[in-house]
Amino acid sequence: MIEGILVEGLIYGIMVLGVFITFRVLDFPDLTVDGSFPLGAALMAQCILLGTNLWLGLLVAFIGGVIAGVITAVIHNHLKVPNLLAGILTMTMLYSVNIRVLGNRANVPILNQETILSQVSDKFSGLMPDEYILLLFFIVVAIVIKVLIDLFFRTDLGLTMGAMGNNEQMVISQGVNPKTLKTIGVGLSNGLVALSGAFAAQYLGFADVGLGQGIIISGLASVMIGEFLVMKSNRIGVLTFCALMGSIIFHAVVYLGRYYGYLIKMTPNDLNLIKGILIIILLVLTQSRKLKKAALKAMVEK
Amino acid sequence: MIALKNVSIVFNQGTVNENQALSNISLSVKEGDFVTIIGSNGAGKSTLFNMIAGSFVPTQGSIFVNDRDITREPEYKRAQYIGRIFQNPLLGTASNMSLEDNMMITYKKGFKWLKRSLNNRMRDFFKSELVHLNMGLENRMKENLAMFSGGQRQALTLLMMVLSKPALILLDEHTAALDPKNAQIVLDLTNKFIKEFNLTAMMITHNMSHAIEFGNRLLMMDKGEIIFEAEGEAKRELTVEKLIAKFHDLRHKTFEDDKTLLSDE
Repeated sequence: MIEGILVEGLIYGIMVLGVFITFRVLDFPDLTVDGSFPLGAALMAQCILLGTNLWLGLLVAFIGGVIAGVITAVIHNHLKVPNLLAGILTMTMLYSVNIRVLGNRANVPILNQETILSQVSDKFSGLMPDEYILLLFFIVVAIVIKVLIDLFFRTDLGLTMGAMGNNEQMVISQGVNPKTLKTIGVGLSNGLVALSGAFAAQYLGFADVGLGQGIIISGLASVMIGEFLVMKSNRIGVLTFCALMGSIIFHAVVYLGRYYGYLIKMTPNDLNLIKGILIIILLVLTQSRKLKKAALKAMVEK
Repeated sequence: MIALKNVSIVFNQGTVNENQALSNISLSVKEGDFVTIIGSNGAGKSTLFNMIAGSFVPTQGSIFVNDRDITREPEYKRAQYIGRIFQNPLLGTASNMSLEDNMMITYKKGFKWLKRSLNNRMRDFFKSELVHLNMGLENRMKENLAMFSGGQRQALTLLMMVLSKPALILLDEHTAALDPKNAQIVLDLTNKFIKEFNLTAMMITHNMSHAIEFGNRLLMMDKGEIIFEAEGEAKRELTVEKLIAKFHDLRHKTFEDDKTLLSDE
């Protein structure tokens, strides 16, 4: 049970890192995610079925996601469409694209195919139980991606992108085109989301057009849980760590809901409602904490 | 250096809200000029800056920098050679990032690549520059800018802008949102940097005595026009009383109507 939660948390954690980049760093609420997650899954599944190199499959999924994100950014930048609407447009179009990628089907099973996960567990089988091999593998994958993101945000380009969500005028004043930064950021974010989808398909044993439904809510909830539980920081390493932790905690909650929800007469169909309510509760808690802090500060200053 | 030729801006053209913000302005600023601009609210001072910086495109006329037409060049491209400081001290820096990160972002103009320039040599350089501000900021490199006062942030914005060596700097009432003490500090720094680096500058101010005290040229604006200009010797002989009288002669109304103009900040 616990390793299942951790593995899911880490797989979806890659997606949460992507959502963190758009929502928190760029201040660009990007709904493309609901389409780019299954896009990554579909591309990976097709690569597996076609027998291409599996790592190439991951790359294809990543690039597919980047293109989806770039399309959203371009629609927003050049047609002056609000970012939310631009994301919804791409997401809707991706639904059709994903069915095409899956070969005009809504679901493609890859259960008995060779995947990166089956390769990894074959290589290390005997050393420890399969579940632990997968857990270890995903810990490594998540840490590598997290560290790469941290490094990116410490470069000059990354730092400037960090200023973007906070102060667009400052970015313009530095002679940088904010449209370019948005395109890079949203592209990178959706690349990560698609990569997460590619791993999810291999873990679940299928790719499905419906995989992306509500992904943005899961991602946002995870980001918020991470922020709520850990102190605010200006260090990118801490922030990405919080996002990963948030994802694990979120999946623990979902797991409990899925397997023990029947105790309170909850069915899996109620999960989306629960996720939404969780976000609302988090919003209320964050606000009340902010108010308390402000009140405390006012008292100290008196 | 920079020249405006018969520039006009009309907002909401053809609607009931049509508003002629600038009408037929021609102006030439030479290298090394320090121009102060005064005028009541709605005179078009900020619109003039927004147009020079590229936030607004003029309805008519052209803008030239060293004889190159930049009328349609986007704001972010002009920012490479035009530095700008706003009244709101929060606009120059990012609150949620540390002082050293902010300095790294603002140190060089233009697109940034995947290079890590922030190293210890850079940090030492930033610290040595921060000493000029005399605010003790050199010991707070890792702190978020949200912890800094408006005066400190505005001084920092000024310092970073000067380090990027812009051809022209636009100061849009950059001390108006600060308390009197900090306003004076930032103003003194401004004057010091402009002299030290021989910068070409334009400064909007609501304070007439500042407009007279600083710079070598003075423009008075009203209703989208430049109604009075003084340069060199003529400017040095100006006093607040003379300026008010001048405005009265030109416009047949009194400056006293506009209290902000007379305020000493």
